Amino acid sequence: MLSNSRCFIRIVLIALVSTVAWIVLTASAIDLRDQKPTVQSNRADGLAAWQKVYTVLTSPRCINCHTATNYPQQGDDRHRHFANVIRGPEGWGVPGLNCMSCHQERNADSTGVPGGANWHLAPLSMQWQDTNDRPFSSAAVCRAVTDRAKNHGLDGPGLLKHHTEEPLVLWAWNPGRRPDGSARSLPPLTHAEFVAATGTWVGAGMPCPPGK
Amino acid sequence: MATYQLKVNGQSKQVNVDPSTPLLWVLREELKMTGTKYGCGISACGACTVHLDGVATRSCVVPVELVGNRAIVTIEGVSADPIGRAVQDAWVDKDVVQCGYCQSGQIMSAVALLKATHKPTDTDIEESMGGNLCRCATYVRIREAIKSASQQLK
Repeated sequence: MLSNSRCFIRIVLIALVSTVAWIVLTASAIDLRDQKPTVQSNRADGLAAWQKVYTVLTSPRCINCHTATNYPQQGDDRHRHFANVIRGPEGWGVPGLNCMSCHQERNADSTGVPGGANWHLAPLSMQWQDTNDRPFSSAAVCRAVTDRAKNHGLDGPGLLKHHTEEPLVLWAWNPGRRPDGSARSLPPLTHAEFVAATGTWVGAGMPCPPGK
Repeated sequence: MATYQLKVNGQSKQVNVDPSTPLLWVLREELKMTGTKYGCGISACGACTVHLDGVATRSCVVPVELVGNRAIVTIEGVSADPIGRAVQDAWVDKDVVQCGYCQSGQIMSAVALLKATHKPTDTDIEESMGGNLCRCATYVRIREAIKSASQQLK
């Protein structure tokens, strides 16, 4: 009788330990299976989000002032700015022909001149096109944007804040009217979508696509 | 219509105009200050240049509603400034003017240049004056006059 009871208890204990061990090992296996795809997924999501950001950065409302030349561009065809406007030493034009000679604190829809606070060109370190006005690749723009030696020291949160709050960034979604009264075109994403994509990209560690 | 209190050549001026009226037309039509000229109306020629807080500004494309409290200086008031006086004297001395239509804008841009750079190079002059067109092509004399004025500045 006593021998049978001990045997029963032993069998129950072995079964219990085996079950617990199986559960622990299975759970570990699930964790391991899940962990790697999650990392890949974050990077993939980040790269996909960057591509969305890139479409905005290379849209005329943004890239027209991120030139590699000594002049800004204008229009959806990104032609050279008229009236002999040039970059000047700091990107604000020159004394007799400053950016703010025409561009005021906000859009002047009655005269068709766009405006925003401190209207000026992006620095040459933030050029997103070559000297023939061809936009850089996604990889090259990404490298420039994430290079703190070129981007005024902005880290991920800083870039997100820049895309969220910078007045000249916000202007792209409120670009006013052309001299003929028609509305200027907008970037391909809404500002909310642009900020969300930037957030996803920053959250994923700001991955950049490979290549030149 | 709206009422605006403008600071023009050190004096306060009140105007009652449509907010979208370009500053050029407020100066010329409301205040009868016709020294500032209408050339192209799209900021391409510089004839309408005035100073807003010292910045050479194309008055033909700036609606009066965006002027705010900034000090406006026009060709009628620029001689009150020593640099403005030096430029105007140099313009006379070098006999720059031919038809004269663009010259008030040329002088306003030249004053802005010399306020920023007392000794401008030829490149500085060409770049800074590049937005001021002269159909009489007085560009060579304009450059001479700017250099002459710069020699009067300390």
